[in-house]
Amino acid sequence: MIRLERRPAPSRAWAWATPLLAVLATMVAGGLLFAFLGKDPLLVIRTIFWDPVLGEFAFYYRGQLLVKAGPLILIAIGLSLGFRAGVWNIGAEGQYIMGAICGAAVGLAFYPMEARWLIFPMMVLAGGLGGFLWAMIPGILRTRFNTNEILVSLLLVYVAEQILAWMALGPLRSPDGAGFPGSRNLRHYDAAANHELIAGSGMHWGVVAAFVAVILSHVLLTRHILGFNIRLAGASPRAARFAGVSPGWLVLTCLGVSGALAGLAGLFEVAGPAGQINIDFNVGYGFTAIIVAFLGRLHPVGIMLAGFLMALTYIGGEAAQATLGVPAAAIQAFQGMLLFFLLALDVMTNYRVRVDVRARA
Amino acid sequence: MDLGSINPVLLIAALLLASTPILLAAMGELVVEKSGVLNLGVEGMMIVGAVAGFIVAVESGSPALGILAAAAAAALLALLFGVLTQVLLSNQVATGLGLTLFGLGISSLMGQGYVGIRPPTSPRLELPVLSDLPIAGPVLFSQHALVYLSLALVAGVWWFLRSTRSGLILRAVGESHEAAHALGYSVLGTRLAAIVFGGALAGLGGACLSLVIVPQWTEGMTAGRGWIALAIVVFGSWRAWRVLLGAYLFGGVSVLQLNLQAAGIAIPVELLSMSPYLITILVLVIISSDKRRAQANAPSSLGRTFHASG
Repeated sequence: MIRLERRPAPSRAWAWATPLLAVLATMVAGGLLFAFLGKDPLLVIRTIFWDPVLGEFAFYYRGQLLVKAGPLILIAIGLSLGFRAGVWNIGAEGQYIMGAICGAAVGLAFYPMEARWLIFPMMVLAGGLGGFLWAMIPGILRTRFNTNEILVSLLLVYVAEQILAWMALGPLRSPDGAGFPGSRNLRHYDAAANHELIAGSGMHWGVVAAFVAVILSHVLLTRHILGFNIRLAGASPRAARFAGVSPGWLVLTCLGVSGALAGLAGLFEVAGPAGQINIDFNVGYGFTAIIVAFLGRLHPVGIMLAGFLMALTYIGGEAAQATLGVPAAAIQAFQGMLLFFLLALDVMTNYRVRVDVRARA
Repeated sequence: MDLGSINPVLLIAALLLASTPILLAAMGELVVEKSGVLNLGVEGMMIVGAVAGFIVAVESGSPALGILAAAAAAALLALLFGVLTQVLLSNQVATGLGLTLFGLGISSLMGQGYVGIRPPTSPRLELPVLSDLPIAGPVLFSQHALVYLSLALVAGVWWFLRSTRSGLILRAVGESHEAAHALGYSVLGTRLAAIVFGGALAGLGGACLSLVIVPQWTEGMTAGRGWIALAIVVFGSWRAWRVLLGAYLFGGVSVLQLNLQAAGIAIPVELLSMSPYLITILVLVIISSDKRRAQANAPSSLGRTFHASG
């Protein structure tokens, strides 16, 4: 008879081994999925995971890696703080959209003024503030009215998408756009553009912000009382209350930080790689970041690595779509599968598997 | 603007149909939550039901077969959630989210070749004589079979939870899994059964959307209805009849806003489109603000992992 026995403390070795095992298991299961779709599984896996980094055309893909990983890491770092404390912000996609709209609106308001030293920092502030305020809605509703923040933050994503459509078709539409939806392209407006810092590397200010966020959150979690309180509240809410941690304040902090970071990610995306506010601006980074946060074990360094891995599945997925005709949706299913395997294997982190040889009397 | 073009009788008839997917999904989730499990994957199960039902209906030419397939596919996905959370003891919130993300991905993969096809039409259930009645006819007696099924399920779930022994056990498991386990009831079995039932109902809701209401397959066509179903369970404070009320309230808002859009009222289309979500949030706030009333009927073990030691 097989039974599970709770470990006194989670196993550190398993905690780091499960993400790797989950990736391997996903490759096997994903390979089966691709074989089922009539593709050569080994070739698809190689196209997704190997070619973009070390293949013949890697020089082209490597830049893309940072472009995709930047927003994922930035959002996931914010989410991980809340997830650790038991505050579930799953509406990062909406905060990402609102950050992009607020930041772009500030930039467009100054068009065509040439004062990058003033305009770009103000856009960054507006982007962060937009995401922050959008996340404050579920935050305040939770602390004031005890409303479930999971549902509210998620429902607000649909509201944000409608606002995005309205902005792209109405107030922010480019006057020179010949009636097409979408704002002016910020990349063609030097004072507001988030250009590549090193040509061909994919490095832009958003990626810099993501790395800074990784370092700051690591310091916060290991060296600062707020980080300690977050970890305490997650491990034992009762103990945290006795220690004087205000639950409401913690909810607002976690939602605020994650909202601001998601808003920043949106701003850097709209001023850089995306270029303009348009109906199809958001591509689901806010949701994929949830997987990134869990895959990275809610640990800053882990999240950074997981962010790169997820970016790889996006880029490799696009490559596999172009060269092998693998449907784009397969990558999304692939990412979901990864989270499943991770959660399933996590049983090893918290429990020991015991096999009783003797039959019980 | 032409508000006169809105026909109140047709509006109410459309309301009943438009509310049905959410009502079905919310009824399923109600049973799941009553057993103490929080499954946030309703959206994922609904969309998998929508696509599976659509594919089977198109391939077989039979809407009934499609509806059955939808329930089966979503129940299978729910079983995956059940095994992960109940046997492998994973976090329910994270697993539910994963279920939604996976469901959205796998559904658009499955539905690749089916975009833009019309499914076989499933006729309304025209009851003789009754459906010719002036107002009650179109509203009550010529709806799709799924509408009647959903109403029967509301009554069935209410009766099951209130008056049957199994319903009592299910509620006991949801209130205190330790006590139920100590009394010798199978926490695992009860919860797995509830989860599979909830999945099947979410799948039915999805099929209702893709086969009857729209009727077509488009990626992400559930558009947050699974999340609204979750909100409606909270709104209904875990009571079957109040969940029915919540679902019809939501259906009313969404049908009304579509009619207002069609009538060309001077409100931006986007504002009308977001109104169902905003009203759901507003209603959630009103219900939750009275903490004692909101929690009075909530299952005490909701979302907690059960691990029988020894």
